[in-house]
Amino acid sequence: MPFVVELIISLLIVIGGLFLLVGSFGMLKLRDLLPRLHAPTKASTVGVGGVLIASMLYFWVERGHFTIHELLITLFIFLTAPITANLIAKAYMLLNVDPHSDLPPSKQNEGWATFDPVGPEGYDPSEEYQEKEN
Amino acid sequence: MIEYALNFGFVCVSLALLMNLWRLTMGPTTADRILAVDTMAINAIALLVMYGIAKGTAMYFEGALLFAMFGFVSTVAYCKFILRGDIIE
Amino acid sequence: MMKRYLPHPLLSLALLVVWILLANEISAGAVVFGAILAVIIPLITASFWPDRPKVGNVIAICEYGLVVMWDILVANVIVAGLILFRKTETLESKCVVVPLDLTSPEAITTLAGTITMTPGTVTIDLSADAKSLLVHCLHAPDAQGVIDDIKDRYERRLKEIFE
Repeated sequence: MPFVVELIISLLIVIGGLFLLVGSFGMLKLRDLLPRLHAPTKASTVGVGGVLIASMLYFWVERGHFTIHELLITLFIFLTAPITANLIAKAYMLLNVDPHSDLPPSKQNEGWATFDPVGPEGYDPSEEYQEKEN
Repeated sequence: MIEYALNFGFVCVSLALLMNLWRLTMGPTTADRILAVDTMAINAIALLVMYGIAKGTAMYFEGALLFAMFGFVSTVAYCKFILRGDIIE
Repeated sequence: MMKRYLPHPLLSLALLVVWILLANEISAGAVVFGAILAVIIPLITASFWPDRPKVGNVIAICEYGLVVMWDILVANVIVAGLILFRKTETLESKCVVVPLDLTSPEAITTLAGTITMTPGTVTIDLSADAKSLLVHCLHAPDAQGVIDDIKDRYERRLKEIFE
């Protein structure tokens, strides 16, 4: 294996590992859930991305056949990470945040969707619950 | 040289997993614990991919893909349960 | 005929490509099975995709992708520095409200996802009438600057792509 490729692969693994570590460290260090949410986005972008590109390069140079298999995981994480972050934030806000004192107003006709789930066509999911219970 | 880089990477990811475990057991709110589980899944993906490089086999790739999928689905299921009191409505 | 059996050509194409990537080979078997899946899955899930999103030119999409990639790299280093070298008390974390000009749901979803993936900002909620995003910033002494940045870098480009 040429030295330059080996160096690039090693660098990618080291950078990826460092960012994974910093992401988890940030989750440990920050005080509140909302700041904590920022830490894993780093782990899931540069951390996993670096390691996966290193793996792709390694198998390309070592085995000789080029696969973009690994990009699939990167793509999948890029698609899902925003959804998980948003859902975790919503779950946290529903349990621990007071929408009137802790959040800025939305400056629109409707409030924030987690607390004020009335849709634009007057659809209110909470009505379904009441119907179920009755 | 790749071996040294891989060892360094293993140390980093293991420490990261330990930190996540700490957040999982200590986390004051439920959302903190869900976040810890989600980050653990991401760290596990990186660990599996590195292990695949170390062993020189592409077999662990499927495991990493499964971790990516189940990590996502389990996080969404937990959050959905808190938000709506039900997972599949 | 075409519209009935292939309601979403782009989705079908994406499914075929993903299947070939999963099989990790371009053989007749993988292509045929991928094509079968690419026809069946959009038909089964058609009720979740009521209308076909308009997608603009490829150059604008590539430009958007490159801008986002670059921002992710830069913001990663900045946020890593913030986490490692700043005391948590000195971080000015706050929520900012970003009013939206975009109207199509696909564009708003892409914008929200982009904001989350660039470290330092996380989309945490959408107003119930889909006209503002609630964005949490890890360290934002200048809230208006963050809003202008989001509107100028991402929303303007997304408007060109989706509308």
